[in-house]
Amino acid sequence: MDTATAPTQTNYINVAHTAKSWLLTRDHKRIALLYLISVSVFFMIGGLFALLIRLELLTPAGDLFEAETYNKVFTMHGVAMVFFFLIPAIPATLGNFLVPLMIGAKDLAFPRINLLSWYVYVLGGLFTLAAVIGGGVDTGWTFYTPYSTAASNTHVILTGLGVFISGFSSILTGFNFIVTIHKMRAPGMTWFRLPLFVWASYATSLIAILGTPVVAIAIVLVALERTLHIGVFDPTLGGDPVLYQHLFWFYSHPAVYVMVLPAMGVISELIAAFTRKEIFGYKFVAFSSLAIAVIGFFVWGHHMYVSSQSAFAGLVFSFLTYLVAVPSAVKVFNWTATLYRGSISYQAPMLYAFGFLGLFLIGGLTGLFLGALGLDVHVHDTYFVVAHFHYVMVGGTIMAYLGGLHYWWPKMTGRLYNEGWAKFAALMIFVGFNLTFFPQFLLGYMGMPRRYHMYPEEWQVLNVLSTAGATILGVGYFIPTIYLLWSLKKGEVAGDNPWGATGLEWQTQSPPVTENFPVTPVVTEPAYAYAHQEKRFA
Amino acid sequence: MAPQVDALYFFLVALTAFFTLLISGLVVYFAIKYRRRSKDEAGVPIHGNLRLEITWTVIPLIIVLFIFGWSAKLFFTMARPPADTLDVYVVGKQWMWKFQHPDGHAEVNELHVPVGTSVKLTMTSQDVIHDVYIPDFRVKADVLPGRYTHMWFKATKPGRYRLFCAEYCGTNHSGMVGWVVVQERAEYQKWLAGGAGTGTMAQTGEKLFKDLSCITCHREDTTGRGPTLIGLYGKAVTLDDGNSVEADEAYLRESIVNPRAKMVSGFQPIMPTFQGLVSEEGLLQLIEYIKSLRTAPSNATGAPAAPAAAPATPEKK
Repeated sequence: MDTATAPTQTNYINVAHTAKSWLLTRDHKRIALLYLISVSVFFMIGGLFALLIRLELLTPAGDLFEAETYNKVFTMHGVAMVFFFLIPAIPATLGNFLVPLMIGAKDLAFPRINLLSWYVYVLGGLFTLAAVIGGGVDTGWTFYTPYSTAASNTHVILTGLGVFISGFSSILTGFNFIVTIHKMRAPGMTWFRLPLFVWASYATSLIAILGTPVVAIAIVLVALERTLHIGVFDPTLGGDPVLYQHLFWFYSHPAVYVMVLPAMGVISELIAAFTRKEIFGYKFVAFSSLAIAVIGFFVWGHHMYVSSQSAFAGLVFSFLTYLVAVPSAVKVFNWTATLYRGSISYQAPMLYAFGFLGLFLIGGLTGLFLGALGLDVHVHDTYFVVAHFHYVMVGGTIMAYLGGLHYWWPKMTGRLYNEGWAKFAALMIFVGFNLTFFPQFLLGYMGMPRRYHMYPEEWQVLNVLSTAGATILGVGYFIPTIYLLWSLKKGEVAGDNPWGATGLEWQTQSPPVTENFPVTPVVTEPAYAYAHQEKRFA
Repeated sequence: MAPQVDALYFFLVALTAFFTLLISGLVVYFAIKYRRRSKDEAGVPIHGNLRLEITWTVIPLIIVLFIFGWSAKLFFTMARPPADTLDVYVVGKQWMWKFQHPDGHAEVNELHVPVGTSVKLTMTSQDVIHDVYIPDFRVKADVLPGRYTHMWFKATKPGRYRLFCAEYCGTNHSGMVGWVVVQERAEYQKWLAGGAGTGTMAQTGEKLFKDLSCITCHREDTTGRGPTLIGLYGKAVTLDDGNSVEADEAYLRESIVNPRAKMVSGFQPIMPTFQGLVSEEGLLQLIEYIKSLRTAPSNATGAPAAPAAAPATPEKK
């Protein structure tokens, strides 16, 4: 195929221009773009709330907002970011775009269900936005009972419905991916030739379809208790408030892996492409995704060491938590070993991958502090936890998401972004991120509880540093929005394979045609067979 | 407890620093050493190495199991209060902390304890979930409605220590804070001696016991329609389903607010529920009274009128 693909060539974007052709599309790539736009909207909303949180915490007194407003702000930050950005971000945008391309399929197995999943997501999002506009919700993204069922007088049900509905979008996407990966691989694309991103997407999908129904039911029960006063969680009605926490974390802990496993998949792709080398210990990396997905279902009780759960339950959950740490460590070691004798280039996506390694390392290692029974008692529900999960979810997931978005941008749009700006933004995000969240580890160990509107004066310096970091981070996130949009019109034409990467997605044109490949590809070699194809790089 | 928690903490900080430096060091070193030197260069194909994979699976496994063991041991020390403790009862409500000492002292958002003494808190909530967190003591425990949770600490230095609510509980969550005032024993005794001349918690409980007519059925002998409460606390009770349960605080509380949950063998389910009729403080006073009925019939007499500081009258909702 000609590498200097003319932009006038027919592709999935210019094949039709009407609004209807987008809103009723069944093309997984177009649906990926619809998702890209909608998750970006929620990322901006969530980011705006984050900024408001950091502004309030600039001073120890609660002087910017009323306490109740502040509580709504951090709740909406959490709800928007977790349910409407982090969970769908990589699977629904990059995953939707890439899974069929990577396995050599024309589309996902159920294109209409794929489109449905987007509408379901949007509907859930609209419910949640309606709750925000209608006055907000103040329960925290965790909706703990009996606060959420008996005490809060904010829009719990509307928000809960939004989360409930959007959960079906995860289930539909997960189910679609699983069927697609089982049934639609191109000839010769055996399981152990699959790119690691596909393995990660598979493991993620398993969690999504097994876990999401549980949180959905928990939310329904919250709504029923609020409206009909059936006693499930409220002890004055004969319920058990801790039961809610079990149900909630049974999904929401695995949901952390829904956020981070696809990120790990992206990182494997980036490291392979920018070292031009196969991933060291491919099978270990692939199976570690499945190990994380499976063990990840049995660690939820580590959110509840101080919840009155029995000490022996705590013991079991702590043990399993430490077991799930091992496959994550194995991945990090394998990625590092992949660099050895690679041909490493420092283009922007690789900078994000380096950033991911550093931040995920700290996020993962601080998880050891929280898994430790006797130590978690002190740092539980403090800023230590806040810092830890931001290192994993923002330092991990968002770094990988941005790295992946840059890496596949030329494939998705046919254009190259501005490399200089991209490197600058990556650096700024890395610096801003650490300045925002590292001080929070210190605050947490000093004892600053999370979800505090006011705090003792001695903690102001660290909070100011954190807010300063958040400002840098905010600008860092804003820059890519500009140069990526700019590249759509003015960017250099990318060509089919600007990185000289392996993988079926780079063998078709950029942007690809509607059904991805003019001829169904036949796979004859494992993923990342860089050594066999030096000729391609020229 | 703080030094033991900190020891584990600093061990983990060192471990984190070691692995962060090791991995980032390797990443930087490889990134520089193996940087791409020509446009068409590819990496050296290395498939993997089973021995390395096993090494870096087993070593982290050993390390995490070591941390698990260490932290679990620490946790069990924290979870089990020593036998001889000074008991304080805590009721959390949106958005304040109420502390009751067995001698009848009640405080709000401030807890006086003597230095060098193991203090055990028995805690419950009147509304949503709260959490008592004293960072300087490295202790924390959720405070739940409808049940009792416990926590214990031993302060080693006099002073004022911050106490926070660490479980999000609504609008004024960050205002639900207080102080633990640790005093030398003599000073603590002086504090105890001062204040309103209130009855002990057990005395107030006894008054409640009479006011609520509990005494009609729960008599000192075995002739009542309900089981006698003398010497009940801490004993095993045989239930009508043949099971046996220890008469601890949780059981006593449940038997007052939901009497039919666990019926004592040989008695009819005739006791009405007292849910909503007795405040959480009142329940704690009743329990403290039942605890005081160790062997002989109670000889506590003439409890003074309920003091304003410790609401002892049944709460009407």
